[in-house]
Amino acid sequence: MIANLANPMAARDHARRMAGSVAEAMPVLPPFAADLPSGVSSDDLLWEETIASGGYAARRLARGARLRLIDLKGDACASLLVFNAEMPSERLNVADTVKVQWNAYLGSGKLLLSDMGRVLMSFLEDGAGTHDAFCGTSNAASNAAKYGNGANSGPTPNGRDRLLLGAAKYGLQRRDVHPCINLFKGATIEADGRIVPVIGPFAPSRSLILRAEMEVIVVIANCPHVLDPRAAWTVTPLRATAWRGPVTGADDPVRTATPEGLRAFENVEDYFRR
Amino acid sequence: MSADLQLSGLAGTVIHDAIVPARAPWLHHVAAGQTLRIVDLEGNQAVDFLLYAAEDDAERYSAQDTVAAQGNLFLRKGTVLRSNEGRAMMTITATTVDYHDTIGGACSCESNTLRYGHHTKAEHACVENFLEANLREGRGKRDIVSNINFFMNVPVEPDGSLGIVDGISAPGLSVDLRAEMDVIVVVSNCPQINNPCNGFNPTPVRMIVAA
Repeated sequence: MIANLANPMAARDHARRMAGSVAEAMPVLPPFAADLPSGVSSDDLLWEETIASGGYAARRLARGARLRLIDLKGDACASLLVFNAEMPSERLNVADTVKVQWNAYLGSGKLLLSDMGRVLMSFLEDGAGTHDAFCGTSNAASNAAKYGNGANSGPTPNGRDRLLLGAAKYGLQRRDVHPCINLFKGATIEADGRIVPVIGPFAPSRSLILRAEMEVIVVIANCPHVLDPRAAWTVTPLRATAWRGPVTGADDPVRTATPEGLRAFENVEDYFRR
Repeated sequence: MSADLQLSGLAGTVIHDAIVPARAPWLHHVAAGQTLRIVDLEGNQAVDFLLYAAEDDAERYSAQDTVAAQGNLFLRKGTVLRSNEGRAMMTITATTVDYHDTIGGACSCESNTLRYGHHTKAEHACVENFLEANLREGRGKRDIVSNINFFMNVPVEPDGSLGIVDGISAPGLSVDLRAEMDVIVVVSNCPQINNPCNGFNPTPVRMIVAA
């Protein structure tokens, strides 16, 4: 039956009847998660959202917050930007992240470094092991070439344009969208420089936990990896859960693991000395 | 007077020819169709390199789009330098060094504190050069992205280990770049003295534009 929506009150009633609808991808307000790690109180939940296939999310997280991402069905690809929320000209620097840590492969204990010599986020746990700091994400042109369409308004949106929208929601512009990292989809490097994408699909429910080491804005796009070899645009939903946590302490093993990383934490602590 | 061997094989007329002193920035507009030759005059001198589209400088070089499009990290002859929107900005039409780096990024005062210690904070760095040059045209920190390091060698080992190692360049070696659109080239002649990227001794490079 088509409702008669000829007047505003009818339109209002029609709109209000949608309340309580449930979609596969949506935020949960107030946040609720039945599977928080032991020791985490539901009172500390900050964010619970399932990000659509081809969707995106942007969120400000406080220093100390934990962000858990879950690849629900094995084909999520979380392309991640990170900004200093107080001063977004400071942001993730992928080159410094791999160079300072003398290693290209992200995983447990690794740091996401800013262009100001500070740790924006750290990897507390990594149940995936397949990540990528090299390939970046798709753009309108690459998706148009591969899938016939890359538009936000089309069926096969691209990662860059999703990151642009997410960043724009915090007042940011095209020039703020910097090189990203990809979580859950990986890439390894051969001796001759060849990039070998590690795309899966993987087992469902792999997860990882990042810790915000500064006040950050995270922008996440969930679009197929730019080197996904499959002809069909293939991606599955990504779940994000965040909760409050303590600021990293002096004897934290991630903080003290390497001399370079320790100095990055010292630079963070110096920044917050106010 | 003997012929200038550093011009050998460069087609067209030289319209610009500059020596970039050791440790200095350089900014130049290169029109579509022109070729920029960079000469490593004394060998193993990293040339940190960024590109912006002249008509819209929010479109700029993207290391990630470049390596993803060719499926390889190393920049070699034939590599197309791509923008953050996937467009061709320049093409490497010739290089007498096997390959160049685009994953190592640029040194900065801040990253030097991590890599070497806070005693290096006051040393000059590539990001200082990138900022100085870009500020002249209204660009700033948000415009600095992952760059190219011509004449620099950054291998990745099977376990992901990565580092700036001894260079594979030598005195007089060069790279030629043909502009595929009107571009703004911003260079830092790397002043780093704490790793092998400049042989611990920054030296001048030569920039030649032919049309």
